Amino acid sequence: MSRPGRDDAPDRLYTLTGGRSRSGPDNPFDLVTLVVAECDPVPGMQSEHTAILRLTERPTAVVEIAAELKLPVSITRILLSDLLAAGRVSARHPRKAAVPDPDILEQVLVGLRNL
Amino acid sequence: MDSATSETRPAAETRTPLGASADNGLKIVVVGGFGAGKTTMVRSVSEIRPLNTEETMTQAGEAVDDISGVRGKTATTVAFDFGRITLDSRNVLYLFGAPGQERFWFLWDRLFSGTLGAVVLVDTRRIDDSWYAIDRLEKHGTPFIVACNDFGGPTFTPQQIREALDLDPHVPLVNCDARSRESSKIVLITLVEHIRSLYADPARASRQELV
Repeated sequence: MSRPGRDDAPDRLYTLTGGRSRSGPDNPFDLVTLVVAECDPVPGMQSEHTAILRLTERPTAVVEIAAELKLPVSITRILLSDLLAAGRVSARHPRKAAVPDPDILEQVLVGLRNL
Repeated sequence: MDSATSETRPAAETRTPLGASADNGLKIVVVGGFGAGKTTMVRSVSEIRPLNTEETMTQAGEAVDDISGVRGKTATTVAFDFGRITLDSRNVLYLFGAPGQERFWFLWDRLFSGTLGAVVLVDTRRIDDSWYAIDRLEKHGTPFIVACNDFGGPTFTPQQIREALDLDPHVPLVNCDARSRESSKIVLITLVEHIRSLYADPARASRQELV
């Protein structure tokens, strides 16, 4: 079984991100940020960027993108922030609050009961 | 007891995409020792086959400029499973199966900040495996419940399990069969009801705040 990243030469991961090995603390992408493509892939684009734009034709969470690309989450976040900066994807971040919104909790309960 | 493992799916066309209006991802984490049934529970309720990914974090310093310097640093890598439940047109719940071992907790904040709460899945034949996870969740202030997965082993009274885990009396303790969708669903509902009651009671909310 191949796990993302683990069996790859580290060099490959460094190359993917232009030498960056971890996303900075200001990287906005949460594991469950939903990413949506804002354009089609264009010829000559880095293959991982092409793959992300195809995956995100419908909203797709960061963690699903990482799993599909078989890349560590941190590398996926870097690729996504590049695409976001270029306006090629948009990001729907989770609504974070110090205390969860009671309305959201109620919606979660309704959704779970309907399973 | 069947044991589920996560699978790496070969073809992208087997993906089940979310609806176009989905805009709010939520997290619940299932923490448990090896073989406690985390992936089984995730699979029981997930609308997708559980996927697997991993995160790596370098503990000290930056490895950006000097790859040869990586040798001296401690890299922490944890693999985790996840599944997905579409709750309604906007809310999507992601369910993560996470190992409870020590190195995993270095990555907790990075991966699971803002999580609604956690299920500690206990194999009653190995109760001690859950000790550390409960201790860490309390330290992080993450709301949690304890679910004992039925492996057909010796049965303990709830009181015996509470004592073995030194569990705070207000933390719900339930039995479950992680192979059962209905049973796993009840575990999740119990967790969310617990979270709701915590935040409805300000005295408790101040003790257990989200990270």
